[in-house]
Amino acid sequence: MKKQYDKKRVVLNLILIAASVALLIYANENMSFYSKRIINLCAVYAIMGLSMNLINGFTGMFSLGSAGFMAIGAYAVAIFTVPVDVRAEVFYLQPMWPLIANIHIGFLPAMILGGFLSAIAAFLIGFPVLRLRGDYLAIATLGFSEIIRIAFTNLQTVTNGPLGIKYIPSFDEIWWPVGVAIVTTVFMFLLIKSTYGRAFKAIREDEIAAEAMGINLFKHKMLSFVISGFMAGMGGALMAGILGTIDPKQFLFTLTYNFLLIIVLGGMGSISGTIISSVIVTAGLEWLRIADEPMIMFGYHIPMFRPGFRMVVFSILLMAIVLFFSKGLMGTKELSWELLGNWYKRQRARFIKKDPSLKGGGSK
Amino acid sequence: MNQALKTMVPVLETKNITMRFGGVVAVNDLSIQVNQGEIVALIGPNGAGKTTAFNVITGVYTPTSGDVLLKGESITGLLPDKITQKGVARTFQNIRLFKNLTVYENILIAKHLRFKADFMSATLQLPHARRMEKQMHTDTELLINRLGLQSVKNEIASSLPYGQQRHLEIARALATEPELLLLDEPAAGMNPQETDELTAFIREIKNEYNLTVFMIEHHMDLVMEISDRIYVLDFGVLIAEGNPDQVQNNPKVIEAYLGVEEDA
Repeated sequence: MKKQYDKKRVVLNLILIAASVALLIYANENMSFYSKRIINLCAVYAIMGLSMNLINGFTGMFSLGSAGFMAIGAYAVAIFTVPVDVRAEVFYLQPMWPLIANIHIGFLPAMILGGFLSAIAAFLIGFPVLRLRGDYLAIATLGFSEIIRIAFTNLQTVTNGPLGIKYIPSFDEIWWPVGVAIVTTVFMFLLIKSTYGRAFKAIREDEIAAEAMGINLFKHKMLSFVISGFMAGMGGALMAGILGTIDPKQFLFTLTYNFLLIIVLGGMGSISGTIISSVIVTAGLEWLRIADEPMIMFGYHIPMFRPGFRMVVFSILLMAIVLFFSKGLMGTKELSWELLGNWYKRQRARFIKKDPSLKGGGSK
Repeated sequence: MNQALKTMVPVLETKNITMRFGGVVAVNDLSIQVNQGEIVALIGPNGAGKTTAFNVITGVYTPTSGDVLLKGESITGLLPDKITQKGVARTFQNIRLFKNLTVYENILIAKHLRFKADFMSATLQLPHARRMEKQMHTDTELLINRLGLQSVKNEIASSLPYGQQRHLEIARALATEPELLLLDEPAAGMNPQETDELTAFIREIKNEYNLTVFMIEHHMDLVMEISDRIYVLDFGVLIAEGNPDQVQNNPKVIEAYLGVEEDA
């Protein structure tokens, strides 16, 4: 019986994959530049959410350094993929540092380089800060994230300082961001399913007990921190590739709060929750733009609808969600066919209770 | 007496350990010895420094002075995870389970320390990592069935009744494959019937897994029934040692527990 059930699940999964691929191809071919940009941003936010959830949701450390790691990845792409002949135009105040002025690599190697540089930064920062706990860790990582940003602001000959870097070859296809997001998601699922994922959860549940069970706290926290740094670097690299121009102001610590919002909303410790909420937050913020435009109802100009109002609406919606789903949309659960099936059964039972005539699926 | 001769191989020794917190001396010049296959209890009034002694042995604290030896090898100053890997497992006075995880996961996690592959092979499920992972699951199933936890296997740890949580914590400690098991007040908060069950359980696992048991306990009936030897600690100082009868009749122990009779 169990085998039959597994078979059913495989079929359902194949249908889901086929449908998603078809949908993505359709989206890539037929959607407008604007819609594709939103899909790309959803993908990047999903990667960043996963990166942050690995530390905050699965390993139970409160880290707020995402924006800094993202900046490292973004600048790796920005510095090395801008065509050599336009570099003089970009770096017009001070010429680029001669050592790197002529190095040009493709997007893929630059993205991977970004991931690795970010992971190295996480490793170096991890040594002092991972000995801290709770709020102290949050403050320290937040501080390091700002240090990275300020360093980039002042490294004029490498990053072009506050002017930022433009003419980054960008793409309007959705394949890079969506592809990396899918690979990251699969990687996270496998990692969390593995014994290392369980060790992370043990640290989240109770550090002292985890240590007493032979789990090396520092090593595992570092592992989680470095993997998260790598993902954030990749996310930043994709961001640079989508936008085509970056400057240090984009990586202010407020950016980190967007990701924090995503993981809190989706559920600390849920991969599928992170994906769902990254789409809700990114697409929802775009959809709410109607609140930013003047609104005329019954011939009366409603004064509240003006630029900035969408953030008010958004915040109210968020508060409602946090009030009614205090553990986020998914808690620590993952979306699965069983979960959907159970939910369907529960809802059906509720309707039958209200209206017994529905029983029997209307075959009477 | 034959028994005594057979069990003279020391598993755990502490040599003059002192633990100072600022001006407070929690443990003062403590030397104890726990031999292979023994059940030894550490008793004493509240605040005597029993748990501190445990924390020094398991590496939570590094002693101010003195040495902790495990089978003749110094483990002083090692981190708790290293000491667990060397075969010392412990439970906690206030139960520390992985509360939001299932019973099965709790035990599975304790098998992590014997996992020898790196995280990439584990994540990508390479053949050797897969084999080890499978072994972990088999071992966990075995232990769960052996210790009678199969009926609650998929329950969340915090949803278990109190007695069973204690049970699970011992099971989790056993999963790390220890030679020496340290139990910090295993019978705390248990009723007499549960205490009896626990006594039987400790004896059983001790024989089955070839353990040496060192425990802190307040339930005197449990201590007197199960221990081969007892150490008594008061204000961080060892005041008595010996078998249950000797300790029970030691005037110093009676004094520590009941207080001195005031001169009239």
